Parts: sequence; C-alpha cells; structure tokens
Amino acid sequence: MQTLGNFKLPPFFNYPPYFTLQPVRDTREKQVQLWKELILDYCKTQKISVIGLEEEFPLFSNPAIESKDLFINLCISAGSLTHEAREAFLAALVSEAGRAEWLDKGHRKCLILWHRIQDWADILLNFVKDNGLEDSVMTVEEIRSGPESRGTDLQGVDRIILMRALKLLEHKGKLAIFKGTSADDEGIKFSR
Amino acid sequence: MAGAALPTAELTTSGRPILLPNEIECSLLSNVELEPEGSPPLSSSIHLRSSFLILTTHRLIFVSDSSAAAANTASYVPLASVTHIFLLKKSIKSMFGSPRLKVQLSVGSDGRVGGMGTRSIVATLVMRGKDDVEAFVDKFRQNWGARVWEREKESESASSGSSLVVESSASSSGFDSRGMRVVGVAGILRREQEMWESTDKSLQDAFQDLNALMSKAKEMVMLAEKMRLKLLSGPSQAGSSNDEELGSKEEMQDWLLSVGIVSPVTKESAGALYHQQLSRQLADFVKIPLERSGGMINLIDMYCLFNRARGTELISPEDLLRACSLWEKFDVPVMLRKFDSGVMIIQNKSHSDEEVFARIKLLITRPDALQMGVSAGDAAMTLGIAPAMAKEHLLTAESRGLLCRDISPDGFRFYINLFPEIRTDDIYLVKDQGIYATWIKCASSPSRLQ
Repeated sequence: MQTLGNFKLPPFFNYPPYFTLQPVRDTREKQVQLWKELILDYCKTQKISVIGLEEEFPLFSNPAIESKDLFINLCISAGSLTHEAREAFLAALVSEAGRAEWLDKGHRKCLILWHRIQDWADILLNFVKDNGLEDSVMTVEEIRSGPESRGTDLQGVDRIILMRALKLLEHKGKLAIFKGTSADDEGIKFSR
Repeated sequence: MAGAALPTAELTTSGRPILLPNEIECSLLSNVELEPEGSPPLSSSIHLRSSFLILTTHRLIFVSDSSAAAANTASYVPLASVTHIFLLKKSIKSMFGSPRLKVQLSVGSDGRVGGMGTRSIVATLVMRGKDDVEAFVDKFRQNWGARVWEREKESESASSGSSLVVESSASSSGFDSRGMRVVGVAGILRREQEMWESTDKSLQDAFQDLNALMSKAKEMVMLAEKMRLKLLSGPSQAGSSNDEELGSKEEMQDWLLSVGIVSPVTKESAGALYHQQLSRQLADFVKIPLERSGGMINLIDMYCLFNRARGTELISPEDLLRACSLWEKFDVPVMLRKFDSGVMIIQNKSHSDEEVFARIKLLITRPDALQMGVSAGDAAMTLGIAPAMAKEHLLTAESRGLLCRDISPDGFRFYINLFPEIRTDDIYLVKDQGIYATWIKCASSPSRLQ
C-alpha cells in the first residue's frame, strides 16, 4: 500500500485516469466525488487548511505514475493534475456547502473545511467546557498553541478558520472578542 | 402481367441494372411508356407504363419507377430486335403532347421480343418526362447504328481463332507480318520490336486528344488487362529480375489491380435522376471495400476509392454526400453515419456497435492494457481498422462508460473504467471479485517496478 507521509493512499491513486479530468458526465461525477473524499481525508490527517493552486500539493501528483518514464519532466507530467482539474475538484468542494471556500477572487487559494465552521464552533465550546474556561480570558494564539489545546483538533488550527468560528460564537453571544495588548493578537472572553 | 413478352433485366440490390460485359450506359429518361400498336393479345403483353428508361449500347432497359428498391422490376428490349426507328414526329400536336417515338421491333412467332424474329410489330415510346428527348433519340439512333453486339460476336470468334494461330506460330517458330520466316534470337527480337511499335502507336493515337482517348478507352482497358496478366505470370519465369524491377512491377500491379467502373453514372447520362442513380451505384460499389475494412469505412476514403474507380468521370465531394444521404430513401444495406466528433463514415446496416465494444473490452482487459492502457493505434492494430476509426470507436465506448481516458506526455490512452466499482463511502474498500481487484493485482505486479 502506497503512503504519503503517514497518510495511507487508496489503491486507485495509481490509476492514471484518476489524474485526468474525465469528459463523460457519469464518470466525471464519480471521479470528482472520489477526489473530494480524498482531499478532505488528507487535509484532516495532515491538518492542512489552505491549498494553493499554484503551489506544490503532494496529493495532486503521483510520482509512481510519473516515474514510468524518466525522461518526462517538462511541461505536463504524467500522473499529475492540470490546473484546470485542480480547480474543478476544489470548486466541487466549494459548491458543497461549508466544505471549502475560495480565499480570493482569482481562485488561487482554497480554504478546506474538513470540519464545517459550525462544527469548529462546537469543538470550541466543548473545549471551553472541558477546561473550565468560562468567564476567563484567552488570546487567539493561546487557543491554537496553548497547553490546553494540545492533542485536540484545535492545536495548530488555521487562524482564518478559528477566527470564523469565534465570530460565529460572538454572534450568538457566547463570547466577546476584543483587541489585545499586542497589535496582531485578539483577546477572547468566554461567557458562561 | 404487363410487359410479359419482354425479357427480364437483372437488377442489383439497390435497383441498378446489371450490365452485360462491354455494355455501356448512355442515357436515361424518366417516365416512359411503351405502347404497342396492333392486336390486343400481343400488344398488352408488351405494354409497359410508368418506368424509367436506360439506353445502353446493347439494350433499352425499362425499370419500374418506384422508390423502394425491393419492388423494382425491369425488362429490356435488345437493340438487336429493333428493326427500324421512325422519325420523331414534329407536328403542332406533338408540341403540346408528350413526344412520341415509333420503333419497329421483330417478334418471335410466340410473340416474345428477343431471339429470332419472324414477325414485326410497331411500338411507340411515349416520353412524359422533362428530359432532353432529341439528344436521347440521337443517341438511340447512334447506338442502334453502331451495332456493338454484332462486332462483339465477330471479335469473339476472331479471338478464339487468333489464339490458335498464335499457338501454332509459337510452336513452329512463326512468320512475321510480312510473311517472312524469322528464326532464332533475331526473330524473337524482331517480334518484340513489332509488338513494341504497335503498342507505342496505340499509345500515341490515344493521347492525341481526349476524344480519341475516349474512343480508345476499350483498347486501353484491354491493354491494361493484358499487361496485368503478363505481370502476374512474370515472376515465375523471370528469375533474373532485380529488386528495382520487382518494385516497379508491384507498383504497376497496384495501378492495374483496381478495375474501374465500366459505366459510371454521369450528369450527362442521367440528367435529373443523377443523384438518385449515383446513390444506387454507390450502394453497389461500397460493398466490397466495406467488407475489406471491417464493415465501416471513412467517407473520405470512400470518396477516393469511388473516384478512382470512375476514372475520368469524377464526382465532387458534395455529390457523394448527397448520394449517401439519399440512401435513407432506398432500401439499401448500407448507411451514412455521423459521429459526435463530426467524422462521417459509411457502414453496413447490420454492423453493430455492441460487437465492436465486446472486442474493445477484450482488448482493454488484457494485463498489459490494464496497466498501461491502450492508444488508438494499439486498438487499430488489434481491430484491424484505421487509427482514426479506432479512435472513434474508443470515444464512443468512453461515452458509454466502458472506458476512461488519460492524457499524458505518453499520449492519449484509454483505460478500463474503474470508477463505478470504487465506493465513495469507503475509498479503501476493494471487493474481492471484479475488475478493480484484477486491476490492483496487475498494477502492483513486479513488471511495473522494473
């Protein structure tokens, strides 16, 4: 079984047509579905929240397919997605409500929400409850890298996602966000 | 039955008359009636109505004019039975009515046309179609006067006689044309020289101008035939021929092998019925090339083959397309088909995609194809068809969900479609049975890693 770091890859990752956008509708629907599953799975285990379309992303090329011909390293390489295909698969995730969002108008960066914002908010509330943090104050950075969050999904969570979840909770009156002492960090006051 | 006294003419499946050897089609009139004069029992058996008339060098062929080819029947009057052609009547009456042409036919004692005639009757051709009647009558008179059928009989008997002479002369070292006895190498050389000169002369005559060429056409065909036979028998006796000679011989053979259409339908001969007749002739012609290319042939290839066979009477691509699209109206065994990509082909009506798909499936599930896929070229080799056609088949199979594609620097390759077998709720699950499991076995086999 092929792996990517500590991520176990499914068998069809070696199937060359998986890396070519299929023109036939039924086939393509299935292909897009499989890509969506794989991207979410991979991002979750690797804690990746942003995929840049123009950057290297390990999932988007398969060196095992590529290596069948050593002389090809030029423009398009075998077993790797074209820009069009990458955009198509990510767009499919975006169109499925709450699974991904484009970060810019040019569709160059995509925010992957392997937990939906609502789920992140629930995780935050549980985190507050479990650690008895009601009525106390924390900075955003503390939530991401503090000792309390170690070993939870919140550890190292993307700042953009965290801020979205926090704003959702503020909207519901579960906490208050205020400017902290340092310029680039906000303070959070959880309410009871 | 009307026209029972006339011999029946054979038709092809698409409703074109089958011509006799050396017979050439000259003109075609629509809506012609044959109206005999005289006593009813005889005349009713000759009476023919509502048919189109084909004038050839040998016969007047009446084909009943119905669009369904299966219902077509035809009978003919041999020009040999025509004893007299009366003048085309030019009166005020004929200016308004349909043109009528009287002919005298010799009839056997049993009242049948053709064969030895003992009596003669007069029949009238009533031409209700809007064709050029005068040109037809001229041509009719010309063909009748030419008496090609008589010359043929003569040449037949002459050729059988001459072959005897040649044989005897070959055995007894022979005489040349001036009656001089020639022997040995000198004699052979002289004979060769004479043959060469006469060939050269006929070639020169033929190329003097196009009309001369047309009139020499028959001789040219015979010459070509003779050369072909000689070439075919050549290699067995000529052991000393070198490679270059052999190459040119093969080339020559290729040129001569395709014997053309003797009597192509032309705009001149068929007039208003041109496309209809062309369509029928084409339907007859495509059968053999279709068989050879596996039941399907590219329209462009067909265009080349058809025009090659027609020789000088070339048709335009548009005419071909129109002729093909007329097939829908006739009951012919072939059809025109347009692929999604716009490529047009001719195929047998009996040809089925399912059969092709079954063969593609067989090809695509071989271990190496599972691993590396197949290209249009690979498929063309296995299926025995042109690469362009193979690609169309593969694309059709893809659109049915049988295959899927991979575009890479290796080119455009097709693989068996595994997507339906992969579960989206558990992407790691592989069923024990099925093509997905087989594929994984092949893909992870050691040959891939080497």
